[in-house]
Amino acid sequence: MLCVCAAALLGIAGWTRVRSPYETQQGWVQHQPVPFSHKHHVADAGIDCRYCHSSVETSAHAGLPATHVCMTCHSQLWAGAEVLAPVRDSLATGRPLVWHRVAQVPDYVYFNHSIHVARGVACVECHGRIDTMPLIQQAKPFQMQFCIDCHQDPAPHLRPPDKVTQMAPLSWSAAEQRRYGERVMAAHRIDPKKLVNCEMCHR
Amino acid sequence: MKARLILLLLLGGCDQNMVQQPRYDEYERSPLSANGSSMIAPPDGVVAQDAVARAAQAQRPAMTPALLARGRERYGIYCAMCHGVDGRGDGIVPARGFPRPPSYMEPRLVAAPTAHFYDVITHGYGVMYAYADRVSPQDRWAIAAYIRALQKAGGADAR
Repeated sequence: MLCVCAAALLGIAGWTRVRSPYETQQGWVQHQPVPFSHKHHVADAGIDCRYCHSSVETSAHAGLPATHVCMTCHSQLWAGAEVLAPVRDSLATGRPLVWHRVAQVPDYVYFNHSIHVARGVACVECHGRIDTMPLIQQAKPFQMQFCIDCHQDPAPHLRPPDKVTQMAPLSWSAAEQRRYGERVMAAHRIDPKKLVNCEMCHR
Repeated sequence: MKARLILLLLLGGCDQNMVQQPRYDEYERSPLSANGSSMIAPPDGVVAQDAVARAAQAQRPAMTPALLARGRERYGIYCAMCHGVDGRGDGIVPARGFPRPPSYMEPRLVAAPTAHFYDVITHGYGVMYAYADRVSPQDRWAIAAYIRALQKAGGADAR
């Protein structure tokens, strides 16, 4: 009896542990060479995500901005700021800034940004309210369950293409949202049964 | 002994880390290259395989509503924060201290050929950096077309 209880407890503890933020790194902030604030650039300056992550519509990767992109503004704004010294060094030496990844899927997952954006999965669906994060953190657990939840029922997660980078929620009711999502799914023949096939994400 | 050896070999296989596989992904660090990145710029003088297709893309497309719509969207992403939503040069970035860009309604820019805007996006102008790495040739024409629309809307007598 004691043995069964202990095994059950261990099982529950293990289950909780693998889904805990300790394991998934949800809500974690990584150390960065420059304390870049997405809140400042997105919410205060109103810069579209694609200004810096310019390959998100055409490639598997959203793209990290080259130092040249940072310097487009910072050659003039805060041009002598101590906090931006690593950016200026990077431009001068040609060595890229070493950013530490916050959102990452395992190497056996072949995630493609371009198709998600093209079909209307908003940035905020996976990355959370970037416009409220002075230091960026991983908003969602990024475990398989998180991906599968959406692949089984994409309709509530689809938006018109011109609203993909909008951080604020749409003013739609749940019913309107579902109606729109189902129309997109019909137009692009998106079948949730196929979306959960292994080879959709793994090769 | 033999069985133990086999077990040891089998366990050796367990060490393979599937999450971080021994391959270079985009943006990963690499000790092999001078800039420390797995992404290496091609040497000078390299011609891309799709150079001909790209050159064809740089041709000015016909003016269509679709081109204008694309231009409007791209303008919103890459230009509006400096040049302003209406093209008068009062975007949020100049409001923070960046040198103010000229208004598109200036006679000099109204008289300029459309290719001038394409060139400025490609190569930059004054304190404006080049956008060739961010805006594709087709999108540059689309933005140039939208600037013409802004000039019309702003009351300038654009061609």
